[in-house]
Amino acid sequence: MRNTFILASSALATVILIVPSCAGSPGTSEKNWTPSRTSWGDPDIQGQWNSQTSTPLERPLTGELAGRETISEEEAEEFENSNRASFDAAPTAGDPGTYNAFWRDEGKALTRTSLIVDPPDGRIPPYTKDAEARLAAEREERRQRGPADTYKDLSLWTRCLSRGWNGIGSWYSSNYQIFQSPGYVVVFQELIHEPRIIPLDGRPRLPQGVGQWLGDSRGHWEGNTLVVETTNFDPRTNFRGSRETLHLTERYTPVDATTLDYQFTVTDSKTFTRPWTAVRPMRRQTDGISVFEYACHEGNYAMHNILAGARAEEKAAAALTSSRR
Amino acid sequence: MTIRSRHKVAMLAGLLAAAIAALIIATTLTRAQTPSNAIPRFADGTPNLNGIWQVNNTANWHILAHQARQGPVTALGAAFSVPGGLGVVEGNEIPYTPEAQARQKENAERWLTADPEIKCYLPGVPRATYMPYPFQIVQSGTSNDMLVAYEFASASRIIRMNTTAESPIDTWMGWSRGQWEGDTLVVDVTSFDGQSWFDRAGNFQSDRLHVVERYTLVTPDAIRYDVTIEDPELYTRPWKMSMPIYRRLEKDAQLVEYKCVEFAEELMYGHLVKQPRLPSR
Repeated sequence: MRNTFILASSALATVILIVPSCAGSPGTSEKNWTPSRTSWGDPDIQGQWNSQTSTPLERPLTGELAGRETISEEEAEEFENSNRASFDAAPTAGDPGTYNAFWRDEGKALTRTSLIVDPPDGRIPPYTKDAEARLAAEREERRQRGPADTYKDLSLWTRCLSRGWNGIGSWYSSNYQIFQSPGYVVVFQELIHEPRIIPLDGRPRLPQGVGQWLGDSRGHWEGNTLVVETTNFDPRTNFRGSRETLHLTERYTPVDATTLDYQFTVTDSKTFTRPWTAVRPMRRQTDGISVFEYACHEGNYAMHNILAGARAEEKAAAALTSSRR
Repeated sequence: MTIRSRHKVAMLAGLLAAAIAALIIATTLTRAQTPSNAIPRFADGTPNLNGIWQVNNTANWHILAHQARQGPVTALGAAFSVPGGLGVVEGNEIPYTPEAQARQKENAERWLTADPEIKCYLPGVPRATYMPYPFQIVQSGTSNDMLVAYEFASASRIIRMNTTAESPIDTWMGWSRGQWEGDTLVVDVTSFDGQSWFDRAGNFQSDRLHVVERYTLVTPDAIRYDVTIEDPELYTRPWKMSMPIYRRLEKDAQLVEYKCVEFAEELMYGHLVKQPRLPSR
């Protein structure tokens, strides 16, 4: 009986494999494009993807992108190129500078002036009154301390703890590799080697009070769109002021063989007066080695040097003060 | 009862008996063809290694046989002393060169400051497999890249299937290339940067390490894990280890984050913190 079942499911799987490859043959218009399927029937979005772009999260209030929602392909290309070139400008006096263009990945600017598509002004919505008070209190507390009194004063990124959910990517290595198995999708972020494991079987979430830097994700397919809901963020999460009350909704939709439409919505009524949504399309990478090991903590000389440097500066300042007495 | 109805009853009884007999025969045949411990497979017959897995031994303490002994922290007493174990190495011997053996002894004496695990550094291979935390295998079939996601430090590695491509650089977790040999997943791991260890007993690695792993489902819920290790820098010959890996059977089993970098920060950077320390910091 089990052999018959295996035979039947093999036959079914074969049929499922054949049908979409007819639908997805070259020359098919975008509207009719259908992704191929895994052997158990889920849309197949496996592979290496990159979302690098110069398009800012928020529409700038000044400059060439201000006051416009869309730009042309030519303007987008020019914007991308000039943005990269600007990183090669010499730093101002007293500023040690930062990564120049060599260290930043090539990307593709969107024909939009912001990743945020909603609200329509392309800006993060205002904070709630409570959030404003909370953030002001935190800024005040932070002002009481130096830039690097302790390791906790550095950002989560500098500490190599976690980049958390990293849907808005970075200056470099905005690389993802997507894996699938029956009942799961895993979005593996190169930074900082963070697999986001997404069960699709509707299982219960982690209990409240159990927080994770990447939150806890649950997903399901709506047609060809993978919808992922993530909650249970660690209370020390800080996504643009949002804390453990963050509820993240993402949508991954393959729109052709080399493009994954990626969209996320941030909902946090304790922080933002309304939800907001942004896009950051992903392009398929085919060289097979795009995703590298990112051994952040193992190579984190910066932490040691920043703290040691701050202590040296304090010592020098104290010596100067005492020598003046 | 009438004669006719008695015939009917007899006929029904006969049919029922025949049906039961057929069912028994079918079930027996089925059982004989597909034993109850048949392993899970994809539609094309490839063994399905998906799931949450964890070893249950003391290899992370010491891969050779060892007796119980005092742990490193007095205050933790019996809660953190070293349990005894039978070891996982074939022949219970690591064929070190004399220089490498001397270095292992040094490592064992100063493991509290030298063991990369304590700083939450990436555990390398094969140590990642037998750390006392679960890991998840994500496999879509025979030829797509597989992911192994370890709970410890969110370590992970990508197993690239059916490829001869070389790694562009050396890494902590090595470069894994896999292929199926019958029902065994064979993973060839090279291009280590040699900074990981094998255990908490000072057994260390060099960047000439070459590991070949074999994963074979022996029951639906157990993998036999065989590893061959060679390194011309450290060993006089290749050597092997072997252990079972068990499926985590809880309903809705999942990895729970253990991003341990923050647990190592005070150890690593505490001496660089501004004095006097504020109570909250």
